[in-house]
Amino acid sequence: MDKEQYKQYVKDTAPRSPEVRTLLPAFFVGGLICAIGQAISDLLSLWLKDFEKDQIAALTSAILIFLGALLTGLGVYDKIGKFAGGGSIVPITGFANSIVSPAMEYNREGIFFGVCAKMFTIAGPIIVIGIAVSVLVGIIGMFL
Amino acid sequence: MNKRKRTFELKTKPKILSGYTVVGPKEGDGALGEYFDKVLTDDLFGEKTYELAESKMQQEAVKGALKRSGISKEEIDLTVSGDLLNQIYASCFAARELETAFLGLYGACSTFGESLIVASLLINTGMIEKCCCSTSSHFSSAERQYRYPLELGNQRPPTSQWTVTGAGASILSADGDGVSIDKVTIGRVIDFGIDDVNNMGAAMAPAAADTISAFFGESGEKPEDFDMIVTGDLGRYGGELLLKLLYEKNINISKVYHDCGAMIYKPEQQTYQGGSGAGCCNVVFNAFIANKMLKKELKKVLLVPTGALLSKDSPLQGQTIPGIAHAISFRAPE
Repeated sequence: MDKEQYKQYVKDTAPRSPEVRTLLPAFFVGGLICAIGQAISDLLSLWLKDFEKDQIAALTSAILIFLGALLTGLGVYDKIGKFAGGGSIVPITGFANSIVSPAMEYNREGIFFGVCAKMFTIAGPIIVIGIAVSVLVGIIGMFL
Repeated sequence: MNKRKRTFELKTKPKILSGYTVVGPKEGDGALGEYFDKVLTDDLFGEKTYELAESKMQQEAVKGALKRSGISKEEIDLTVSGDLLNQIYASCFAARELETAFLGLYGACSTFGESLIVASLLINTGMIEKCCCSTSSHFSSAERQYRYPLELGNQRPPTSQWTVTGAGASILSADGDGVSIDKVTIGRVIDFGIDDVNNMGAAMAPAAADTISAFFGESGEKPEDFDMIVTGDLGRYGGELLLKLLYEKNINISKVYHDCGAMIYKPEQQTYQGGSGAGCCNVVFNAFIANKMLKKELKKVLLVPTGALLSKDSPLQGQTIPGIAHAISFRAPE
């Protein structure tokens, strides 16, 4: 077997993720997190009657981010992630997990060069691209 | 292609006087749990960081092996060690306490094989008498070295492996009783173009096939003469690839073939392809295989530690994963 044949053979025979077993938990856990977010939002709008719609939305996101961070700190979120995969990575709670987990990991290298420097190692690219695209869309929006 | 011989017969037959293993809780619960000398209940081992815990495990392994062999550290001519961390942190820091001559090695997960080869070749020259070979790996220090934070909620693909938390040490000597090292083959770096960092078995299998075929081609030995041919950490799928690659070279080892990584955990521990790491084949060899050889349940064994020689940055720079494998043949005491 030469290199090309070997690469093809590995591509054809390497064990793959079982799709049904990974897609179903991702669908249901992702849906559950969104449903919890909706419930928080509905409860907040009942409770805080003078708040605007976008204020409620911001508050809901903040609460979900807090919950994601808390569950990461308690060592639960990685277990949810192992079960649900994309279902718990894509919602905003997964974003919180991607910042809190490196911050915890590099705590031992000190606050400054450890926690502060490393907490964006995973989320950094998402933040950079998010900001860049929003600026771009803003500029385009100005001319429309 | 370079046609120089890579297999060497050791006329003096260096002996393994003793071995000692220290493993983490998960390995203690694994398929070979009862064979390890010391199983930790806490994988931080009372230290502040996982790197220091790994270093302390290696120290414990060396101390245990010395105690078992009955020789003091003052009698050791040389320590040859390695691990997976940057600047082989765990080994160098463990050697601070040893006060022996020290050579640090890096061969990724094949480092234990590399240390046995360096030590036995030096002993064979007659210039060194007693040598200590130790290696270690730690799941949590390797994860932060090569992959993601422990608390990140991601999924492992089915081709991935689990880095063994374990350290082992062997005391080699020019004379004495014990399992002897018969022949060694030094591996070449082989790259078949695999670029999936979650499929190390596929990246290393061609190197293992190259080394095993060089061993049989150059030594004149036959696979049928061995009771066990065992690779370091190809895992279950990598092992299948190795058998296929060898089969194409008309070498059939399937009857006696095993893999340390595939042996160390139980299926319900969900490590997918099995264990890996510089400590993996070391603890399986020292705790399980060497003891079976002392009991004469295995008479002749070929150990083929395998390593994937990537860095954390090389895949990001578009490089494929080179592999290496060394072979060491052991004989049980007469």
